[in-house]
Parts: sequence; C-alpha cells; structure tokens
Amino acid sequence: MSTIPAENTKDVFPELKEKSDDRPPIQRRVKQRLTSRGATIAAVLIAVIWTIPTFGLFVSSFRPEANIKGNGWWNVFTDFEFTLANYEDVLSPGGSQSPNLLSYFVNSLAIVVPGTIFTLVLGAMAAYMFAWGRFKGKDSLFIFVFALQIVPLQMALIPLLQLFNQVLAIGDFQLLPSGTYAQLWVAHTIFGLPLAIFLLHNFIAEIPGEVIEAARVDGAGHSTIFWRIIVPLATPALASFGIFQFLWLWNDLLVALVFSGGGADVAPITQRLAELQGSRGGEWQRLTAGAFVSIIVPLAVFFGLQRYFVRGLLAGGLKG
Amino acid sequence: MEDLAEKGLQVVVGLAAFAAIIGLVMLVVDRAPKSSREKIQIAGFLAPALILLAVGLVLPALQTSYLSFTDRTGAFVGLDNYVWMFTQPEALITLRNTVIWVVVVPSLASAIGLAYAVFIDKARGEKTLKALVFMPMAISFVGAGVIWRFVYAYKGAEQDQIGLFNQILVWLGQEPKQFLLDAPENTFFLIAVMIWIQTGFAMVVLSAAIKGIPTEIVEAARLDGASAWQQFRNVTIPTIRGSLIVVVTTITIGTLKVFDIVRTMTAGQYETSVVANEMYTQAFRAGEPGRGAALALILFLMVLPIVVFNARLLRKQKEIR
Repeated sequence: MSTIPAENTKDVFPELKEKSDDRPPIQRRVKQRLTSRGATIAAVLIAVIWTIPTFGLFVSSFRPEANIKGNGWWNVFTDFEFTLANYEDVLSPGGSQSPNLLSYFVNSLAIVVPGTIFTLVLGAMAAYMFAWGRFKGKDSLFIFVFALQIVPLQMALIPLLQLFNQVLAIGDFQLLPSGTYAQLWVAHTIFGLPLAIFLLHNFIAEIPGEVIEAARVDGAGHSTIFWRIIVPLATPALASFGIFQFLWLWNDLLVALVFSGGGADVAPITQRLAELQGSRGGEWQRLTAGAFVSIIVPLAVFFGLQRYFVRGLLAGGLKG
Repeated sequence: MEDLAEKGLQVVVGLAAFAAIIGLVMLVVDRAPKSSREKIQIAGFLAPALILLAVGLVLPALQTSYLSFTDRTGAFVGLDNYVWMFTQPEALITLRNTVIWVVVVPSLASAIGLAYAVFIDKARGEKTLKALVFMPMAISFVGAGVIWRFVYAYKGAEQDQIGLFNQILVWLGQEPKQFLLDAPENTFFLIAVMIWIQTGFAMVVLSAAIKGIPTEIVEAARLDGASAWQQFRNVTIPTIRGSLIVVVTTITIGTLKVFDIVRTMTAGQYETSVVANEMYTQAFRAGEPGRGAALALILFLMVLPIVVFNARLLRKQKEIR
C-alpha cells in the first residue's frame, strides 16, 4: 500500500553523535539486563498466547475422533494416542460427503501459480514503461493506476461476474468459460495489478539509466531490454512481490466464492474448508486435519522464505 | 487420476495461451515500422495491463456505483438502498460492528505489536520469538477461523470441554459460554482473531523501525538518567512515529475490508455482520445487487480518506528528506 518511511533522526540530532558512554561496558550490560527481565517475561507470555491456538489445533489433528470430540487436546499429555486417520479421511476421494481435500488442494495450486505468473509478467511490463518509457501523460496515468489500489475489490465483483458470464459470451461459447480456472486467473490478475505495477515500478525505476541507455545505443528494442536486462535485474522485487501474491491468492476466499462455482473441479481449498465449517461445524477430526492441509503451503513458504517475506513487507506492501 | 490430468491440461493450456499472447505482443512490438516503433512499443507493453484494469476494475466500479441506485429488478430507485442502510436495524448493526472493528483492531494490534517489538529487542532468541507471533500472518483467514472456533468450542456444562477458553472458564468455576452466539460480545471474540493475525505485521514493521533508531540517541537518553518508560515515551515513540502511522492505517484498511473471518465463523449471524460480509450476502446470496453495491460504495468511501491521509503523509516525509 505504501512505503515505510526511513527514519531520519541522525540529521535531526547531529550533536548527539559525539557523546558516548564512558562507564565500563560490563556495568552497562548489567543495567540493561536488569531492566529487561520483566519485559522478557511479558514477551514470552505473548508468544505463548499467540502460539497455543495453532498448537492445539495441530495436536488435535493427530488424535482419534472419539478423543477430539470427547475431551480437550491438553489431555494428550496424560492420555497419548496418535493417529493419521484424520488426514487419510480428509484427503482421500470418496462420496460427495467426504471432504476430498486433495482435489481442492490441486485446485488451489492450479489457481495460484498461473494467477501469480500472469500478474508478475503484466505488472512488470507496465511498470517498465512507466519507469523508462517516454510518452505524454505518463505521470498522470501512473498516478491513476496507483490510485486504483483504493478501490476495494467488492466494488468490481458484481459487474465482473456479469461480464465474464454474459458479455464475453456468444451463444454457448464463453471466452472465459465458467467452471474452469480461467475466470479466477483473470480476476486475480486484475485485482493484483495496481499494487504490482506500483511496487515493481519503484524498483525498476532505480535501475541505473546507463545500463538501459547502453543497450539502446547498441540497437536493442524495448522487448530485448525488458527480457534481457530488466527482468534479471528486478528478480529480487519480482520474488518479494511474487511471494505475497502467492500467499494472497492461496488464502483468498471472496474471489473464489464469486467466480469458482464451488465444485471439486475448480474451487480452492479455502472455499472447501469454509464449507466444511458451515455444514459440519462439529466434525472436529475433519476440520483440524483439513485446516492443517490448507495452511501447510503458506507456512512452508513463510518459514522457507521468511527473509524475502519480511523484506517485501518493509519495502512497502500489504494489500488490505 | 483422470481428474488430475484434466486439471493439469487446463493449467498448461492457460499458461500456453498467456505465453502466446505475450509472444505476439513482443513480435508486433519488434516488427513495428521504424517511424512509429517507439509509440507501438510503449502501447504494446502497457496495453495488456491497462485494458484489464479498465475493463475489470474501472468500468465495473462505475457500474457498481450506478447499481447502488437500483433495486433488485434493475429499476432506478434513487437513494432507497442508502436509506435502507441507515434506517433498518439489521443494516445499522452491520455499520455499528464495522465501526467497532475499525476502532479496536488497529489500536490493539499496533499496541501489542509495539510492546512486543520493544520487549524482545536484542533479547536472546529474538528471531524465534518474532517468528512465533508473525506466523499467523501466513495463515489464511479461513484457517484462522477454524483455529479460533476450536478455541471457542462449546460443550454443555455436564460434558468435558474441548475448547480451551471454556475449559479455562470451568477451571475458574464458571459456566461454559457460547462465545460466538451471545451478542453483543461475540463481535469482540471475532475481533480477537483479526488482532491475532495483524499483531505480527505491526510487530515486524515497528521492530525494524526501532532498530533504525541511532544508538547515540538511546545512549544519550540513558546517560541523562531516563527510565525505561521515559526512554520509550520520549525517544522511541517520536522517532518511529512515521512507521507507527503507516502500521495503523494499513491495518485499518485491512480491517474495513474484513470478510473471511466473519463469513466462516458466524456467516454474519447473531448480530456479527460487517459491511464487507453484508455486501457479499446481499449481492450474491439474497439477490439484492443494489444493496450490495451500495454497501461496496460505502466501503470505498470509508477507505478513501485513510488512503489520502496516508499518501499525503508520505509525500510530506519525502519532502523533509
């Protein structure tokens, strides 16, 4: 949404730079540690409160059905029983009553991977022109695209669904057929573009102009410059934004509800999990295991790529 | 298995079609006649994104604005939908809840995130402590909904409790409680889920800002005999003010649009609905696109001033620099 401002206190308090602590270092360290004892306890307390809900769900997902429904997960410490039956149950294909999550898991991947790629490519192409193209009205057009971020996607849902199903259709032929992933890919791409263009522009504009000028003098056109120079140099930014876009799409529910139709052939795992909560709200053996199947990918991305994740966050971006 | 092959094929076809479009654009752009090449190249690069945005976002947003003045048959009804929104009890509850969300979530999430960031600054195991609180950021709102519904789960007093909160109540000698059904406090139990998710965001951004405070200032304050609290109030807070505002506004915008948590945990029943959820319910469940559109427009009007404020603040800061 916006960049985190760099703090500029050094310039504000120049006279402070010269002072230094002339006490011996050990004494200083002791003082610091004493004041932070209470703080550490408070911090650990917050960490525990923040972790326990997830931990409880995780433990429960490995308990037999009768135990989950019979008593609390904290009883696992006195009465230990372990089973993978819940995971087998939610993943395996079965009748219409079974959660069949593997199928929805595949749908999530099939929606998210192309959705992320489309947004990145189209966003980077436009960002490149906004950064390095020369044409009239560039700045106002860019500000307009930037401003589109404030349009909540709720504003577009109703007409967009009509557009896909009625306007872009001739007789039985639909350009973006309902009951396939196509509508979801395009919808996600549209909603992701304003932020993608803005963030990638900020990065691409920082690429040294001499590099691009040199290529131009050598006779390279925009497409050569874009694929050979811009994309490789912008890889860190593409990676950071790509991770975010991936997580947003994986965790999305609203766009899926509107455009997927809800069947096992298209709907993502979040939608299935939401359905299971509604219709079988008490089937905790399925909900606990199902929830973990659905959050395993984002958690893996998060722990595996935490550095890029945090960097992307600080470089400015959180879609509300 | 057959199913998998069919889905794989769809993805391959989709990616191939996309690659073909991009390839075609590049081809046209490269082969353009010399005289107008620059213009065609610029248009070719911008067109795909701009067409999508125009057709998929700008036009629909305008249509939605018009739709908000029509009824379920599509007839123009003037301000009826807005009158409904600001007079009917159910709609008023939705607006009231949204205000509660927007006041409580940003302030508590930022406050807890800031406190945590200060507490763990330079502590042993800082990275792990950070990851634990940050982790909910990666979990979907739907997943968070399951996690917290399990915490709130209710069983009658004669049974063993399976929800942690009710067990704690029982340990304290209280009756178990229907956390999600009893209005009006149930809204706050939904809000807790959002705070749980957003605190990590606040903590990471503010922690980075705190680390950016020059050590000289902190040392100087300590030399002057400032207590930990005085240091926090007179040094830390003023220095990270900019980041703090960005955190609060970002969380505010996210909170205004919150949908999934309410949808999955109560579906907006028991007086817990918020604007974003009600918009979906009216437009796609109740067959009232006009009311849904009016709610979407209200959402837009609530987000607008926050974003403008944020943008102006950022520009001011750039000027200072």
